[in-house]
Amino acid sequence: MIAQDLKEFKKFTPKTLPREEPLVSGHRACQGCGEVLALRLVAKAIGSPMIAVSATGCMEIISSPFPQTAWAVPWLHVAFENAAAVASGVEAGLKILMEKKRIPEKSINVVAFAGDGGTADIGLQALSGAMERGHNFVYVCLDNEAYMNTGIQRSSSTPFGAMTTTSPAGKLIPGQTTWKKNMPAIMAAHNIPYVATASPAFYLDLMNKAKKASMIKGPAYLHVYASCPTGWRHGSDLAIEVSRKVVETNIFPLYEIEEGRYTVRKNNNPKPVEEYFKQQRRFAHLTPDMIKVIQDRVDRDYQRLLQMEALTNPGAVKKEEPKEEAGG
Amino acid sequence: MARIDALMPWREVPLGGAILEPGNARKFKTGDWRSNIRPVTDREKCIKCGMCWVFCPDMAYAHREDGYFDWNSDYCKGCGICARECPKEAIQMVAEEE
Amino acid sequence: MARRVGMEVSIAISEAVKLANVDVISAYPITPQTHIVEHLSEFVNDGELQSAFIPVESEHSALSAAVGSAAVGARTFTATSSQGLALMHEIMYVASSLRLPLVMSVVNRALSAPINIWNDLSDIMAERDSGWVQLFAINGQEAFDLTLQAFKIAEDPRVLLPVAVNLDGFILSHVIEPIELLEQQEVDQFLTPFQPVLRLDPDKPVSLGAFGSPDVFIEVKKQIEEALIGSQKVVTEVWKDFGRLFGRNYKPVESYKTKDAETLLITMGSISETAMTAVDVLREKGQKVGLIHIRLWRPFPFKEFLQAIKGAKVLAVLDRALVPGGVGGPVGLEVKSALYAKDERPYVAEFVAGLGGRDLTVEIFIEVVDKAERYAQKQKDFQYELIGVREK
Repeated sequence: MIAQDLKEFKKFTPKTLPREEPLVSGHRACQGCGEVLALRLVAKAIGSPMIAVSATGCMEIISSPFPQTAWAVPWLHVAFENAAAVASGVEAGLKILMEKKRIPEKSINVVAFAGDGGTADIGLQALSGAMERGHNFVYVCLDNEAYMNTGIQRSSSTPFGAMTTTSPAGKLIPGQTTWKKNMPAIMAAHNIPYVATASPAFYLDLMNKAKKASMIKGPAYLHVYASCPTGWRHGSDLAIEVSRKVVETNIFPLYEIEEGRYTVRKNNNPKPVEEYFKQQRRFAHLTPDMIKVIQDRVDRDYQRLLQMEALTNPGAVKKEEPKEEAGG
Repeated sequence: MARIDALMPWREVPLGGAILEPGNARKFKTGDWRSNIRPVTDREKCIKCGMCWVFCPDMAYAHREDGYFDWNSDYCKGCGICARECPKEAIQMVAEEE
Repeated sequence: MARRVGMEVSIAISEAVKLANVDVISAYPITPQTHIVEHLSEFVNDGELQSAFIPVESEHSALSAAVGSAAVGARTFTATSSQGLALMHEIMYVASSLRLPLVMSVVNRALSAPINIWNDLSDIMAERDSGWVQLFAINGQEAFDLTLQAFKIAEDPRVLLPVAVNLDGFILSHVIEPIELLEQQEVDQFLTPFQPVLRLDPDKPVSLGAFGSPDVFIEVKKQIEEALIGSQKVVTEVWKDFGRLFGRNYKPVESYKTKDAETLLITMGSISETAMTAVDVLREKGQKVGLIHIRLWRPFPFKEFLQAIKGAKVLAVLDRALVPGGVGGPVGLEVKSALYAKDERPYVAEFVAGLGGRDLTVEIFIEVVDKAERYAQKQKDFQYELIGVREK
């Protein structure tokens, strides 16, 4: 039961943030990369002792240019689609070695990091298998909404209408034609104890969720919004701004699913979606009609979330939460 | 720096291409990437909230004893997130002297 | 004391894995490997083997999880065949290149299409270049012995490479043979617990699987190549140890009635025993025929091979996999490559047979010897022949 696992859980405050940097300076991420920031905050919240497993992707490439590594914790990269399978082996290996007393008994956090491609597309099978088997690990999807490392091609996480190199804004077809695959719902359908969405702009919320995920026994899934100035074509200083706007417009609502109970961060006076789109050139071609379609869908999906909360978690907080961060 | 290290003879390559020194990426000074623009903090306005440290993707700020933050020229890529997010607008992006 | 039991070879292999006290078994079922993993899961669920059995959702994940568990220092085993091995392909190269000891039973089965569950060597031949140590068992006892030895070879600090033990699907995996099982304390003398050289450990963080630029890629590959070549020495040592302890001696290349042979059959896998019967029949008739079978396929034991074929005039290679496009078979290629630099070379007649489980009889081997000798007289320009194809 997660209540038992979370008995010792204490929320982070701005003055009690951990100083440990499992990822160090010198990594080769782009200026203003929102993904490496997201990774940093999640890893910092979970803390050592940790073993990190990365899928192929931006984070793996920028952090491990042989002979240098930006990882201060043990790290393993194998391939693109198998972070969850590799992490399963790490977790099972550690567990049996401790049972057989070949290594000292210790709580070691096993954390898998993958992008949206390595999670929702090529990595989905391995992820589903790992979740079904119930391994004790945290899976972190760092979602920058396209296959960024190979040059900004579309993924199933690319939002409707967005321009990518394989869903270009053409004369006939204006960008991505499908809607973002609902990974949190797919993960919840595996009946794992903890699923949560997070955005680096709401850093305390993100770090608390990462901490909880690591304390809960069994699989935990974090879907973290990770902005990409290079792929989304926005200024290098706007990572936190877009990460804030995406939540404020309800395009990326923040919620948790604990043992099937939804808790949604209330945002009943959302900003209009245009405010989010206007800062990123990947949306520059959106027509008013497309924007309307998107607005309707965002509103509908947010209402659905509230309905899920009412259905599964009638005791949840009803009122809108106060703004949490100094920078908020 | 990194390039020179990579030119090791084959017998010196660690097992399976492993990297044995954690965090040795610190040897690579990404501060070189800045295009002559850098953040400057006005300590008069700074309220020591730590947002610059929290939101830096390159960990280019460090806590000081007195509660302010030291900026690290070796690693700052000049993205400007800190200046953008500082709640007191205490950080400005300015042209760097040669 | 060791006991001799009649048992299905797959079961014997799972007994070997149990005796090796593996820590992690990460496997996905595929015919004809299933009995191995089924029996292992029984051992685990009955508490006879203290091991984590990860019922992965595909072979790609089976090998991926195996890499993860080997990386934390767990003794790890997996098994597969055919399409499963093909699905593992991507990770096969990664496992060897990361220098991780793993043991895998490959129960050889034809690669699709057409989908076919019966035996040939196309599955493992597609992994020829994966950097794994590759061994071939010709009978149940060997399958049992090689599996135990594989852990010792893989985990040797001079090797630290994954090892594949090959056995023919159905015709070896599913037959009942007399197997001399070893006792646990005997095995414990031979195989000590795994001592990893490098592992993922929060007290000593390392990064495995880094991004390798052109500046460093060749040097890493050279390291692995030297390890694979050097593993032959370790394999030989392990076989010597094993022979000393248990009385069964193995060599990289085995010879059967080759002493004054003018024609030699060259085989791999369990068909070698059928070929031995053919040799016996021909010897009865006074023909100077012998057999070489290759037990260590990768690294290829060039020196031992050339030594074994000394004096022979004709080599009749029987391949169980095709190298398409008019080339022949993989063993034939290797043999020809081994002979290239020699001033005096025997005639090499390459035959590809038994694909997709088509039966190989004593008669076929006799036919092959006959053809090889005839072609040696007349056909200088002979690449290979596919045996047993119905023309009409």
